[in-house]
Amino acid sequence: MSALLLATEAAGNEAAASFPVLSALVVLPILGALLLLLLPNSRPEYFKQVAFLVSAAVGGMAIWVLTDFQTGVHAAEFQLQNSHTWIESMGISWHLGIDGISLWLVVLTGLIFPIAIIAIDAEHEPKAYYGWLLVLEAGCMGVFLALDLFAFFVFFEIVLVPMYFLIGKWGHGERAYAATKFFIYTMFGSALMLVGILSLAFLNEAETGILTFNLVELAESQMIATTTARWIFLSFALAFAVKVPLFPVHTWLPDAHTNAPTAGSVILAAVMLKLGTYGFLRFGVYLFPEAAVFFAPALVTLGVIGIIYGAIAATMQHDLKRLVAYSSVAHLGFIVIGIFSLNTEGIEGGILQMVNHGLSTGALFLLVGWIYDRLHTRQISELGGLQKPAPIFAGVFMVVMLSSIGLPGLNGFVGEFLILLGAFSAHRWWAVVAATGVIIAALYLLWAYQRVFHGPAKGDNAKMKDLTLREGLIMLPFLVGIVFMGVYPKPVIERMEPAVDALIQHVEDHVDDFDEPVANIGVVVEDHSEDETEGDH
Amino acid sequence: MEVSTDWYLILSAVLFSIGATGLLIRRNPLVMFMCVELMLNAVNISFVALGTELNDVSGQIAVFFVLVVAAVEVVVGLALVVAINRRRRGATADDISVLRG
Amino acid sequence: MVEAAWLIPAFPLAGFLLLLLVGPKLGEPRSGWIATAAMGGSFAAAVTTYIGLLGLDAHGDADNDRQYVQTLFEWVPAGDFQVDIGFLVDPLSVTMTLFITGVGALIHLYSIGYMHGDPKFSKFFLYLNLFAFSMLMLVLGDNMLLTFLGWEGVGACSYFLIAFWFDDEANASAGKKAFVTNRIGDWGFMVAMFLMFTTIGSIQYTDIFANAAGISESTATAITLLLLVGAVGKSAQIPLFVWLPDAMAGPTPVSALIHAATMVTSGVYLLTRMNGVIDVSASWAPTTIAWVGAATALFAATIAVAQNDIKKVLAYSTVSQLGYMFLAIGTGAYVAAIFHMITHAFFKALLFLGSGSVIHGMDNDQDMRHYGALRKLMPITSATFIIGWLAIAGVPPFAGFWSKDEILAFAWEENKLLWAVGFITAILTAFYMSRQVFMTFFGRYRFADVRAEELEELAAMKVAAAETAVTEAEAGIGDAEAAVAKATEKLEKASEKLVTREAEMADADAADEKATEKATKNLDKARDGVEKAQVAADEATTAVEAARRAVSAAQAQVAHVAAASMGSGSLEFDLFVAPDLGDIAEEDLPEAARARREYHPHESPWTMTLPLVILAGAAIVAGGMNLPFASDLHFLDHWLEPTLVHPAHLTSSASVKWILAIVAVMGGAIGIAAAVMIYLKGRFPASKVELPIMAEGWRFDESIANFMGGPGRKGFDLVAWFDATFVDGAVNGVGRVVREGGGQLRRLQSGLVRSYAAMVAIGAIGLIIWFLSRASF
Repeated sequence: MSALLLATEAAGNEAAASFPVLSALVVLPILGALLLLLLPNSRPEYFKQVAFLVSAAVGGMAIWVLTDFQTGVHAAEFQLQNSHTWIESMGISWHLGIDGISLWLVVLTGLIFPIAIIAIDAEHEPKAYYGWLLVLEAGCMGVFLALDLFAFFVFFEIVLVPMYFLIGKWGHGERAYAATKFFIYTMFGSALMLVGILSLAFLNEAETGILTFNLVELAESQMIATTTARWIFLSFALAFAVKVPLFPVHTWLPDAHTNAPTAGSVILAAVMLKLGTYGFLRFGVYLFPEAAVFFAPALVTLGVIGIIYGAIAATMQHDLKRLVAYSSVAHLGFIVIGIFSLNTEGIEGGILQMVNHGLSTGALFLLVGWIYDRLHTRQISELGGLQKPAPIFAGVFMVVMLSSIGLPGLNGFVGEFLILLGAFSAHRWWAVVAATGVIIAALYLLWAYQRVFHGPAKGDNAKMKDLTLREGLIMLPFLVGIVFMGVYPKPVIERMEPAVDALIQHVEDHVDDFDEPVANIGVVVEDHSEDETEGDH
Repeated sequence: MEVSTDWYLILSAVLFSIGATGLLIRRNPLVMFMCVELMLNAVNISFVALGTELNDVSGQIAVFFVLVVAAVEVVVGLALVVAINRRRRGATADDISVLRG
Repeated sequence: MVEAAWLIPAFPLAGFLLLLLVGPKLGEPRSGWIATAAMGGSFAAAVTTYIGLLGLDAHGDADNDRQYVQTLFEWVPAGDFQVDIGFLVDPLSVTMTLFITGVGALIHLYSIGYMHGDPKFSKFFLYLNLFAFSMLMLVLGDNMLLTFLGWEGVGACSYFLIAFWFDDEANASAGKKAFVTNRIGDWGFMVAMFLMFTTIGSIQYTDIFANAAGISESTATAITLLLLVGAVGKSAQIPLFVWLPDAMAGPTPVSALIHAATMVTSGVYLLTRMNGVIDVSASWAPTTIAWVGAATALFAATIAVAQNDIKKVLAYSTVSQLGYMFLAIGTGAYVAAIFHMITHAFFKALLFLGSGSVIHGMDNDQDMRHYGALRKLMPITSATFIIGWLAIAGVPPFAGFWSKDEILAFAWEENKLLWAVGFITAILTAFYMSRQVFMTFFGRYRFADVRAEELEELAAMKVAAAETAVTEAEAGIGDAEAAVAKATEKLEKASEKLVTREAEMADADAADEKATEKATKNLDKARDGVEKAQVAADEATTAVEAARRAVSAAQAQVAHVAAASMGSGSLEFDLFVAPDLGDIAEEDLPEAARARREYHPHESPWTMTLPLVILAGAAIVAGGMNLPFASDLHFLDHWLEPTLVHPAHLTSSASVKWILAIVAVMGGAIGIAAAVMIYLKGRFPASKVELPIMAEGWRFDESIANFMGGPGRKGFDLVAWFDATFVDGAVNGVGRVVREGGGQLRRLQSGLVRSYAAMVAIGAIGLIIWFLSRASF
């Protein structure tokens, strides 16, 4: 494992010589926001263009990182590292790095933000609106790239402020309540995490004599006593559980989603929820492998409950956006199960689903937002018969919805299947129950589709405009991603597999009696007990 | 009868109690200030007494500090009382509750 | 040649993509021809692959060489789970592709005629091609995951196609019901895949086939039962069959393609493909499969007997025939199941397309009670339909007899009770299919009959009109009587005047001439006046009489119509006797009935009748695939042998087989004869056989719907309410507690200096006491 440390250091030194692209990914949006501040108020049309250009530049850099990413054996290390000491006396540094796990999340963030910016106009005060969006992007990027605990915490908290303002000022309905609830709830979760971070750093110092907040160093040292580690893990887990959102701390999500402006909903669903699941993976499992193994059954249980519960609650919603919000709870439940199966298929499925959910739910929120723009209602009872006047819109909605349902051939299926397969190896009956979630998903989504698109069109609904060319172009990357990741997910999986394998290896190394729950390969069992047919730990 | 330090301390205690009780009971701001003065001076007495007994001059120095503080406090306080009285004649301490939560 | 396998699904995929991009521009009928050509190309590729496969030796070595795996690219390489997109070309998959592409191409051709004039013409073919692609991936896939891709794909396409005319809510709901019910089955399939992977580490069919013998019995049983759940959903067996009858809401070619020939056979295909696993499972597992099939067969057949919609009969018939296939699988007779699947594909597709032709010719009326005597009006349709009927009823030498007989023979060997259920079902099958044929093509031409609902409507209208007339007439009486009164008054006045004038006349007689003239004139006038008044009075009286008569006539009319509509026998539906119209005249008939008298049912265009003829030919000769007479004639048996772990053979003696065959034929004859008695000759009332509960499907679907709409919905509501009230309530509760607590604490801040001072004093005293208590002196 020290070899890995050396390798990461070497890679970091090497990268420091070239353009610090990861720092740019984080800093450029902030500079963009500052630039927006300086623009004169007399030309409001520039705000959106400048914001779009900045976020598109960030997106372009993210694609560059993707192409620059080295596959093969190097994919397990943290690549393109930027490291600068920040607060020397506390051992805090500005340390960014990317590996197979965070790569696709960074790309997703880089692509979603420009789309969210260009797709929706700000209804009022565009300068502040786009400024907050850019700050949000910086925060999200920072979370995915940070390798220093302190920096991670700073970025994790930073994203709360812009989202609060976006929901509170540009949202609709009960926006003040939703924004406040979102902010306080999430901050409450992460408040304890700060305690956890500090205790981890100081306890580690007590054992090793070095005060550091560096992720890799802390993860490798593993000096904390088991019980203490479990408590600290819980403090981290609470913060991430609220963010994911995991049952039962999920109720901020429906309100936040329903009352947020469309761009806010898109970003919230596509990117911000992944901060929680990424946190579980990177900071939960990596830093506290023993605690992760210990708490895995509990977290998987909460995930399964979330799947079924979220799906059932989604069925009875009257507001289309709220329905999609609850479906997010269900989908994220799948991801949590995948992560805490702690095997290759499960974790890879989880990361895949993070990206897939970003694509499909982001697209879904855009479509719902456009319906709202046209018909000024999100109540399902007031919608109906929209397929006749807007068949292309209905067709795109259908494709995105089928991706959400998990139809094979589209992206949602691959992730879902891998997750369930991994979970089946690790926690068999949980997986069987979780699989019934796909039935309920089909039920509520198809029912919603029928009530919104099928049947006779009522009143003004018959005059609904179909998808415009601009909207179709915006949808195009989503659709391409949905189909591509369903048919040929191999390049995506290839890049994440070494990192995932390294993580599992790390868990196996640091936890006694833990072996990755895998299938019996090539072993055909002839005796009579089923329990021996899979390598459970 | 020897007048020992205890006598001074007792005097100080009695004066302090009288001042404290007066502060709690009286409503007239001027009387409340007088009570505060009484308390401060009682403390002064005990400072001087103990300073003499322990042969430490810092007791008397403390008295100076307390006297200065008392003087300043009275100035500010009386200014406030005058200002309040201009608005409302005959205002007592109970009528001024603008800073309530 | 075998390498052409990838072309088989590639053609319909290309067709789909082409129609997706430029379909609306191509319009009708070019998009239809392109889709049909794609299917034709696919069929050609299938034939090529078949010929190529024939070239591979079946018994080369112990590994059974007659298979070829063609891998396209890596699909999901995740850890130990490595799945590629690849095709397994072996006898089973090639057989399936042959009839899927063949029958599919014919149905595409048929649809060009059937969907003529539909505004979404190209979209229909788009979905059809996508469906064909999915189905072909299902059967050609070399691993379970690829089969699952096709499995769900056909489910999605079935949703699109059933809900094709989605303006009607019923169609949309039917599509959704199909998808969700199928999803329940998909759950079973998915868990079976997981179990398979964790057991032998692979889900490739070649690996499964090689390692199946080593799987432990309990695991194999679990996998079998889970696969059964999946198959039950897709192949519409009990209890997941409820979507199939509703699926008839889609256009008829859809019913033919999906619900006869292809999608519903997926379950049978899957179980056959996994026969290695079923073989090592506990013996009660295949028995369960057999009983599920047998029970479904009987259950569905009873429901089909009482259906009046031509497509619903065929739908339930499909469920029933699928039950036969499951029965065959359960007894280990995989070849018999596949044989029946193929013959069923031919004759059921034929029957569905034929019914579509009938519907098309009968102006989209699907109720068989409105048909009758169509034999001469639609000769090709009826001839082919009759061939299909004979095939399904099990009349030798048509195809259905051979396949059904083989299944029954295997059932006899397995369990006599299973055979009995199958036998009774065969009788019922012959019965309800004969019923359908007689009601549709023979008997009295009933289309132009006035229908009870129409007459009732008419009667209701007439009653309403008559009652209005009565009201008017009664109003008229009032007027008339007033007129009479007036006229009488006038008469009296005129008479008085006459008397006065006569008196004047008498007076004037003695006087001069002028007065006499005047008096005479006045007298004449007065007499005229009296006459006129008299006439008027008479007229008024006549008018009153007439009005009175009108009122009584109207009331009589009301009574008559009311009596006529009070369920008199003449308005009830009868197969043989035309409804008695009473004294309702021709012109008074409702608009719809008059239009129907003018309507002439016609035969369908060649694009629709050609597939019928081809399928009829297949239904006649397909039996030759696996004749039981000599071992050499068991073509299908030999052909499919490499894919089966344990090819089953009948062990009964030849005489037993002959007796069973004869009994089966007699059963069919009984069914047909019963139908002749009831529906052709009318010797026995149909209502005694068509029980209402059978028509309602034994209320199975209804009870599910009631459960889902009632307690099911309440349960879901409960969860949503729980979330909003408790979980969210807890969050809001925390907020409220903090606010309330803060509100309480705020009271300490009174703003009163003295209370602050008091608190300081108390606190100081407390501190002193505390310090003193801890101080040691």
